[in-house]
Amino acid sequence: MAEITLVEAVNQALAYEMSQDKDVVVLGEDIGVNGGVFRATVDLIDKYGPERVIDTPLAESMIAGLTVGMAAQGLKPVAEFQFMGFIYPGFNQIVCHAARMRNRTRGRLSCPAVFRAPYGGGIHAPEHHSESTEALFAHIPGLRVVIPSTPARAYGLLLAAIREPDPVIFLEPKRIYRFVKQHVPDNGEALPLDRCFVLQEGNDVTLVTWGAMIKETLAAAKQLQAQGVSVEIIDVATVKPLDIETILASVEKTGRCVVVHEAAKTCAVGAEIAAQIAEKGLMDLHAPVQRVTGFDAVMPYFKLEKQYIPDEAKIIAAVQHTLEF
Amino acid sequence: METTKSTSTKSKSTITAEFTIAYTQFLDAVGKPTQPLPKFATKPDELIRLYKLMVLTRTFDTKAISLQRTGKLGTYASSLGQEAVAVGVGAAMHADDIFAPAYREYGVQLQRGVKMQDILAFWGGDERGSDFANKHDFPMCVPIASQYLHAAGAAKAMQLQGQSRAVVAVGGDGSTSQGDFYEAVNVSGAWNLPIVFVVCNNQWAISVPLRSQTRCQTLAQKAIAGGIPGEQVDGNDLIAVRNAVANAIEKARNNGGPSLIEAITYRLHDHTTADDAGRYRDESEVKEAWQRDPILRLRNYLKDLKAWSDDQEQELLTTSKQQVDAAVADYLQAKPQPTTAILDYLYESVPEAYQDQYQQLSTTKRSA
Repeated sequence: MAEITLVEAVNQALAYEMSQDKDVVVLGEDIGVNGGVFRATVDLIDKYGPERVIDTPLAESMIAGLTVGMAAQGLKPVAEFQFMGFIYPGFNQIVCHAARMRNRTRGRLSCPAVFRAPYGGGIHAPEHHSESTEALFAHIPGLRVVIPSTPARAYGLLLAAIREPDPVIFLEPKRIYRFVKQHVPDNGEALPLDRCFVLQEGNDVTLVTWGAMIKETLAAAKQLQAQGVSVEIIDVATVKPLDIETILASVEKTGRCVVVHEAAKTCAVGAEIAAQIAEKGLMDLHAPVQRVTGFDAVMPYFKLEKQYIPDEAKIIAAVQHTLEF
Repeated sequence: METTKSTSTKSKSTITAEFTIAYTQFLDAVGKPTQPLPKFATKPDELIRLYKLMVLTRTFDTKAISLQRTGKLGTYASSLGQEAVAVGVGAAMHADDIFAPAYREYGVQLQRGVKMQDILAFWGGDERGSDFANKHDFPMCVPIASQYLHAAGAAKAMQLQGQSRAVVAVGGDGSTSQGDFYEAVNVSGAWNLPIVFVVCNNQWAISVPLRSQTRCQTLAQKAIAGGIPGEQVDGNDLIAVRNAVANAIEKARNNGGPSLIEAITYRLHDHTTADDAGRYRDESEVKEAWQRDPILRLRNYLKDLKAWSDDQEQELLTTSKQQVDAAVADYLQAKPQPTTAILDYLYESVPEAYQDQYQQLSTTKRSA
């Protein structure tokens, strides 16, 4: 079996679930004949037809609102927003309706929908194409926010997201859309939501991250290992609801934690993780939790994006700080 | 220079599109027919049935306002003066159609399995008000115009599933300034969706009058931009509303596509019980609007037909009040939700991450 990239795994998951469940439809801009600007939906229109692979007019609030309406009436829509920077017009629909349809009707109606968007920087894209604002959604009760970091997790988590009876914001790290290839059997096996994945066990420090930052985190860990530091790596995967237990168990063992994310620092998911460790695991810590993050600044145009996105050196420095504290 | 100027002023153009907006009324303000009535309206029994629903809606509305004034209900949005729009829409709908309301279309909801105590629960601070007997209708929708897109999504679902059903969405005049309105009209046209937009033009969006909301001569013409037909009806004429909406629904259910109907009416009460319209509109305008009262109009017509008497009117007021009082008693006696209801319906099951908060809620005592 051929190895596939993360974006191909997204396509494979969509195709698999559409073949199994006729209620699954995908909608968005340029997702039909064009197969999506990143080709995440390529060939789906040939397999499932324009009735289920729906090119929409160019309006993001509309995409979100239609998705709410379709989901409330028996379909399982998977909506694509072309870039996370364009999801904001749909924010009202997601926050005011998708997130609370079940709650406000006491379960009479619900919103089994997936809102997909490529997110993050690092691909030399124009303004508004490099956002990492997962925390905006992680703050909203009623949502799930899921971020894969490998082809296998993209496949398994997207299947789980589509099968989930409540709305999922599924953010795809476009910087690593084609970074690695993996064997991903097309067996329809979902991975669990609401669970962190421990990628590597270690004893000295816990690195917690998600999405594209897995790349720099793994590279930093490799260098640290060479220096004799035993690193545990956790891919959060579902940033809301947060599986803090897995993180706490790791920190209990290592006593040190560095959270790495691309998003701006203030009020980001890293702040929530640090706060929960402080609340529940303070006495396990040998050093304060460190955050290696983007700056509290607008994502720069691409000539400076490398300086914005955390690199291995910053991660290593933060780990050293916890070791020397 | 001279040449350039004359070229621009004398350039020839051809007309590539034109539109007209029709306005329909069957009963004038005093209840005299202005043209032959549609078939359903030739049966007095049917008109009496709908008249009773308008009176019930108003009786309910009056009671709800007094409940709010006496501290037994939260902020409430009155439907006073708009009964013909709601009852007309509700009467035009089939049971298997889907309704996407804004938040003062009680006259529709009462015909579709929503009880008065449900509406009171909603305004009384209890989510169970939207857990009503109708399985498919959307709950009341507060963020203005967002319901139009849910309606379009529901219509798309019907279309994909090959069903012969329609969705009816109602919003106010202010809602036609929102992007969601335009986006819903546009996609409904592009996809030929089975949907009927009813714009209940009550002239006021809280304190902003229609003339400040738009420069359009009509709101119906906003449909034209989406390539769908738009028309106006006298929204205080129950017959006109029901006729237009029923025609649009039949068209939608038979793959004829979307329509928009602007029902021209007047908001006789404040925006909500938290509002004081005296701050921004003349009492004389309201007084004048009462001359076009939709209930009075149909009563006059039925009385002219000798199909309705003062005795019947008295009896109706009594029975309507009894119905409302029974619903109010039910509402006031409703057992409160457990505090865990805050989390019980957020997700299908409470995620592990929030179990500690759930436990906290389960031991939280209710305070007044």
